[in-house]
Amino acid sequence: MKQFKRFLKYTRPYRLKIILALLCAFVTSLAAIISTFFSGLAIDTMIGSGAVNFASLARILTALAVIYIVSSLFQWFISRYANQVSYLIVRDIRRDIFASLNRQPLSFFDGHPHGDIVSRFTNDADSLSDALAVSITGFFTGIVTIIASLIFMLFLNIPLTVTILVVTPICIVVAARLTVFSQKTFRKQQQEVGNLSAYISENVGNQRVVKAFSREKQAEEDFNKISDDLYNAASRAMFASALVNPTTRFVNNIGYIAVGLTGGILAITSGTSVGILSSFLIYSTQFAKPFNELSGITNQLQTAFASLGRIFALIDAEPETPDIPNAGELSDCKGEVVFDHVSFSYTPDRPLIKDFNFKAQPGQMTAIVGPTGCGKTTLVNLLMRFYDVTSGAILIDGKNIQNLTRDSLRRSFGMVLQDAWIFDGTIRDNIAYGNPKASDEQIMQAARAAYAHSFIKRMPNGYDTYINADTLSQGQRQLITIARAMLADPAMLILDEATSSIDSLTEIRTQKAFLTLMDGKTSFVIAHRLSTIVTADCILVMKDGNIIEQGSHSKLLEKKGFYYDLYNSQFH
Amino acid sequence: MSAVKKFFRPYIKKTVVGSLAKMAEAVLELMLPTFMGRIIDIGIAQENIPYVARTALIMFGIIAVGLGCASICQYYASTACQGLGTDLRKALMKKIQEFSYKELDRFGSSTLINRITYDVNQVVQAFAMLIRLVSRGPFLCIGALIMAIQVAPKLAWIFFILIPLFVIVITVIMRSSVPLYKKAQLRLDRLGQILRENLGGVRVIRAFARHHEEKKRMDEATEELSNAYIRVSNLSALMNPLTLFIMNMGIIALLMLGGIHVNSGDMTQGDIVVLINYITQVLYALIQIANLVVLFTKAYASSGRIGEVLTCENSIENGSKTDICKNGDIITFDNVSFGYSGENTLTDISFSIPRGTAFGIVGTTGSGKSTVINLMMRFYDVLKGRVLFAGTDVREYNQTALRNCFGIAPQQAALFSGTVADNIRWGCPEASDEQVIAALKAAQAYDFVSKLDEGINSYIAEGGKNLSGGQKQRLTIARAIVRKPLVIILDDSLSALDYQTDSRLRESLKEYSSGSAVIIVSQRISSVRAADCILVLDDGECVGMGTHEELLKNCGTYKEIFETQSKAEGGAVA
Repeated sequence: MKQFKRFLKYTRPYRLKIILALLCAFVTSLAAIISTFFSGLAIDTMIGSGAVNFASLARILTALAVIYIVSSLFQWFISRYANQVSYLIVRDIRRDIFASLNRQPLSFFDGHPHGDIVSRFTNDADSLSDALAVSITGFFTGIVTIIASLIFMLFLNIPLTVTILVVTPICIVVAARLTVFSQKTFRKQQQEVGNLSAYISENVGNQRVVKAFSREKQAEEDFNKISDDLYNAASRAMFASALVNPTTRFVNNIGYIAVGLTGGILAITSGTSVGILSSFLIYSTQFAKPFNELSGITNQLQTAFASLGRIFALIDAEPETPDIPNAGELSDCKGEVVFDHVSFSYTPDRPLIKDFNFKAQPGQMTAIVGPTGCGKTTLVNLLMRFYDVTSGAILIDGKNIQNLTRDSLRRSFGMVLQDAWIFDGTIRDNIAYGNPKASDEQIMQAARAAYAHSFIKRMPNGYDTYINADTLSQGQRQLITIARAMLADPAMLILDEATSSIDSLTEIRTQKAFLTLMDGKTSFVIAHRLSTIVTADCILVMKDGNIIEQGSHSKLLEKKGFYYDLYNSQFH
Repeated sequence: MSAVKKFFRPYIKKTVVGSLAKMAEAVLELMLPTFMGRIIDIGIAQENIPYVARTALIMFGIIAVGLGCASICQYYASTACQGLGTDLRKALMKKIQEFSYKELDRFGSSTLINRITYDVNQVVQAFAMLIRLVSRGPFLCIGALIMAIQVAPKLAWIFFILIPLFVIVITVIMRSSVPLYKKAQLRLDRLGQILRENLGGVRVIRAFARHHEEKKRMDEATEELSNAYIRVSNLSALMNPLTLFIMNMGIIALLMLGGIHVNSGDMTQGDIVVLINYITQVLYALIQIANLVVLFTKAYASSGRIGEVLTCENSIENGSKTDICKNGDIITFDNVSFGYSGENTLTDISFSIPRGTAFGIVGTTGSGKSTVINLMMRFYDVLKGRVLFAGTDVREYNQTALRNCFGIAPQQAALFSGTVADNIRWGCPEASDEQVIAALKAAQAYDFVSKLDEGINSYIAEGGKNLSGGQKQRLTIARAIVRKPLVIILDDSLSALDYQTDSRLRESLKEYSSGSAVIIVSQRISSVRAADCILVLDDGECVGMGTHEELLKNCGTYKEIFETQSKAEGGAVA
């Protein structure tokens, strides 16, 4: 219910259209009921051979024509309004999801499967719009039809109305029972479908490994077992859901026959007209139809509400703490970085970084090394405020970064990561990502400085070549990201394993680009390959979240400590 | 398509019986209005209450039989189409298991996954509808027409105008909405793509503080999507009012002309009621068929795609030899050339690996290192030359027998859902817990595995999401070595390990698998420098082969790679 209230807020901007749609729905359903009544009247004008009242028949038919035109027209209007409203509402919801994603801390993206987020954003939102379009009109039309046809029927003939009122509840109960049953089998089927797709995506997705270990027979057997389970569940579910229609049709037909029987007897005993009987035959289906439809809509609404729940959960995910009020802007940054008694942990029970102190002068290159999982990337996350320190402070140019806006802080950093991120777009767009206003000349200059110009020139459309992650080699992608950082020209630079996925020959080529990029900037370099960082002004050696050694390359080697071992191990 | 056709064969009987049952139901349904007409024209006109009651009873009998027929039809439809789906899925899976890497390359795994799930489902749905509705729709149409002619031969021509009109309206709307619908689908895909980009690149986007621009991009995409949806749904919103309008005009015409005929005594009131009933039935039948057209076009395309997989010729033929000779070099490449398509990725490669020795392969990305491995295990067949395993051409072996002699830790560290032990036992199903632990220890993985909540029985989430890259690599290595195969292959599977772990691992591996030949593929010289022989590849050609020292002396490429990796310290190490 709370969800529903919250959802209503989304409908507010479209109130006028919704009211119009409801009005149209009112008119159409009323028109349908009245037209049935009129067609009954029309039949009553033709009692038999030579006894047809043509004057009143003509009048009735003219009225009917008007009613039919109005009802068709209004029916079209309803659909148009309902479609517009439902798609626009879902558009707004999607935008809210996206806005919420933008507020999430980085841990959110690391902790949630991307496929799941995408599916909420696309599938769940889609099922919502489908349900909306149907229910806005269906619900209201249904109710109007039920009430209006009830009034008309009572007005026309009370015994026949009673007949219909007796049969209809049976129909509703039967349909509801069957639906509940079919939903149960359907859930079981969904579960089996889930098992099957999980198995397929894992095994077919890794078919090469399956083959390398000669597991084909095993995979086939496992799969056949899961398929058989699915067969049982799916054929049951399909049969159950397929029975709903014929059964409700059966019950509806009972109503139809009951009306025929009672009507026939009434016509003979108390002179009820054939026209009224004919109208009631139609009313019996008209009256039952909304009940069947409403149960269908309720189902769809249930699914939609489940989707809505998942969507709201996404929108409500705990956002990053917002920037403090009156947060300062970091501008004209010199690049002095100080870690002052910094401690940090991702989870409270596992402290990772403890009381860390360090100072980098403007223009200095700091390297961070250490075994896998020792917390190197964590330092970067803290610097960029992807995470906030648990205690202590990080100062840039003497300002605590907690007191700065995240945007201005992050803009002062250039970042090149192991996984060179390229988005679908032209090469120009990709390079200009950090500085969209850059001129073509500036873009080309950055590309030249990144040693990317020559290969870009050779692309089919030069800088306007449309690229995605698959069109370029690892090395080329990395050069593009270097050019991107180059063009943004930040005061500080972070290179996180920027060369580890490039082979060493390509690395030589990118090395020069990196050196140009780092020139004059305060830079933090994380690397496996120690050869890349021996020129650093200071090397931080990390182990289990602590800085255990720090100093220049030669000093650290002299010390014959952990760094010495680490360094030498790469040549054994 | 023809490949899929034969899968229908076992279900022909069910299809026929199901369709017949459905038709029977339709016939019975068509009879209802005529009985109602009799109640009016005979029962009421002659004031014969027993006749009315008797007719009502007959009608009840008819709908009861109808329900029975419908249930039979639905039962056959459900079991037949799900049976077909299951058969298709199994056949596809069997086929995929037989594929060599070449076919896997051709389709790609996401395509294959789609074929088994989405495409099969489309065919199943369409088949169910075929049994349930297709026989019913045209039948109801024709039936209603025949009945109408019988009841009122003079007014039946109204039907001949109405039905084509219905058909035209429905086809025009469907025709023009399909391309619009496709467009909307593209917009939806685009939306998903932008979101995926944003999720994957969140660090970069935030680093460049670009979320405002991304928001604008997303706003545009959502706007375009809602517009596309609104456009297509506005068009299909015409369907109901238009067809209803045509039907209602038909009813008015019927009433008007009916009045004239009743007046002249050709027709009765009951006839008119019956005709109105038939018009309604025809319309609903046609709308049902229209909805089916979409389903069938989709299913037709899907069955084509399924057929493509099923008829794909396997490029590798299985051999029969299962015994492995105990003597001679374990692997020999004899003037091997190979290319995936057109251009050679390997040219004239020759080398031998003696049993129990360590062999290194180095080279830049794309130089053909992994291709050498793929040829050894016969994932592809050579274009020229021969690959020998224990002195026999790999093409003569039964593939399973051949591959059981290998343990490979592939580049992509793929793990499967299940416990750590389950994963390790892929390499050797009958391995005891002790053997699993020994392999984990040798792969330097036991340290972290023993720290997991349930040790080797800890659960690995889908694909090993709860593990780091280095941890996954070490588990795949343990999986490769647990069966102590004749040949262990580490295909660039040390890349996520730091140098210390890397060297410790190679140390312990030597001890653990003393009888196995170990092939290490790497970009790092340090990983291969201790090997008995190192093959240096550049652009698919062998540019040097020998020990580390020999290669430093006489192989330029090797020396270059080595120097880039140990550049800064100059003479200190060399």
